[in-house]
Amino acid sequence: MIAFLSQGGYAFFVWGAYGMTLILLVAEILFLRYKRRTILARIGRLIRMRHSGVKQ
Amino acid sequence: MFRVFWCILHRDLTLALRRRTDVLTTLFFFIIVVSLFPLGVGTEKETLQTLGPGVVWVAALLASMLALERLFAADYEDGTLEQMLLAAQPLSLVVLAKITAHWLLTGLPLVLIAPLAGMQYHLTGESILVMMGALLVGTPVLSLIGAIGAALTLGVRGGGILLSLLILPLYVPVLVYGSGAVEISRIDFSATGPYFALLASFLLVALTFAPLASSAALKISLE
Amino acid sequence: MALNWFRFAAPSAFYPLAGRAIPIFWWLTVIPLVIGLVWGFFMTPDQLGGTNAQKEYYRIIFIHVPTAWMSMWLYVVMAGWAAVGLVFKTRLSFMMANAIAPTGAVFTFLALWTGAFWGRPSWGTYWDWDPRLTAELILFFLYIGYIALHSAIDDTRRADRAAALLAIVGLVMVPVIFWSVNCPDPNQCAALHQRSDLTRMEGNILFSMLTITFAFWMYSFATTLMRLRSLILERESAAGASWVETTLGKEGAS
Repeated sequence: MIAFLSQGGYAFFVWGAYGMTLILLVAEILFLRYKRRTILARIGRLIRMRHSGVKQ
Repeated sequence: MFRVFWCILHRDLTLALRRRTDVLTTLFFFIIVVSLFPLGVGTEKETLQTLGPGVVWVAALLASMLALERLFAADYEDGTLEQMLLAAQPLSLVVLAKITAHWLLTGLPLVLIAPLAGMQYHLTGESILVMMGALLVGTPVLSLIGAIGAALTLGVRGGGILLSLLILPLYVPVLVYGSGAVEISRIDFSATGPYFALLASFLLVALTFAPLASSAALKISLE
Repeated sequence: MALNWFRFAAPSAFYPLAGRAIPIFWWLTVIPLVIGLVWGFFMTPDQLGGTNAQKEYYRIIFIHVPTAWMSMWLYVVMAGWAAVGLVFKTRLSFMMANAIAPTGAVFTFLALWTGAFWGRPSWGTYWDWDPRLTAELILFFLYIGYIALHSAIDDTRRADRAAALLAIVGLVMVPVIFWSVNCPDPNQCAALHQRSDLTRMEGNILFSMLTITFAFWMYSFATTLMRLRSLILERESAAGASWVETTLGKEGAS
């Protein structure tokens, strides 16, 4: 396990490259999910506003 | 066809010469940028000779880019550009005339002032000649490519900064071969031929496609 | 049975289709990614021979090459959709181009980053003005320029078309830029990157590299479609399209 983690002494470079890739790709997914949720919430508000407007 | 071209060219030149400071600002911007570098990197003759071609070209890039903002802006604001769009003449011809005027006012002065910059950087007479030649062929390409960006960012907030972001990456080939020609002339004057051939081919390609692309961009921006 | 492809050019028709496709693309991302990574770390030799022996750090190749490939491919696809949009005037094509750009920029950045981390142990430097590095950097600027231009223009229709034109101009310029940085001296060409030749690669390495490339490709599909769905919702609801409400009601606003 330690041998695997140390990557023959090049741990910093190998995990630095893989780590950044992981961070950015996961960040992109999380950001997209967050954006979708905010848009849905906004549209939901708009729809509710329109319906309550009709009733009045 | 040529009447339209001359007409627009003449009009733009007259308008610009009424406001001479605009032309002179670009020129002085170029001179100041070129003069600042020796103060920053030291005045050693060897260093300056190596840096010279690159610095002069980067300064030329920035100077021509700064002036691009004004290429269509005035005509856009007073509605002349919309009239040109509606006119029967092809828009790309009008655009080409405007670009030519722009180059005569901002590119050509740079070519003429280049010997001064060359002397500041201790370039030899031959290198200065090559530099003038390269600027003469290269700066029209800058104006042509830049016109596309100027048309795209017309009336956009923060247009100036945005323009630099869009256009500077596209200037790379001209920069590489323009400064490359001056660089190689310090070693072998006869080796500059291919550089000029490449710059000239860039100019021809840009002359063919850039007016079309700019007029397409103008149509998008104005509708 | 003739399938009418243009039916899906309508955002309202494409939205649910994309929603069904996204989970498939996620599975197509995760499975090859796991296979490729496991294969790449455990089935490949620790050291590569040759004149310039490369040790474990060569394993960065499994993400470096795929990200670099994807960064270039996505730019081509983006410019392609931009061109389709300009020619056929379909709203969805512009949205597609628009949805691809951020993913492309992320891959371009990753290609530069992983390249730097590979360059340090093998060339002894994080950055070098090598032609491919420089061209990749300029590709990054082109992506940023596209995104910046689109977000600077408030009118969506104009923003779409202006950015599309920019993407196409960029696509035309990319080979010229690459060539100019590859041969700064037209009398002779030199490059730090060795000539790549897929057939000369060791089988296991090639296998994991290609699987991960496939995974990243599918990842691009998934994120692009996710972003596209958000874009569709945003624009269509702003335009007051009634299908947004009914579709969201059916999905239970999930």
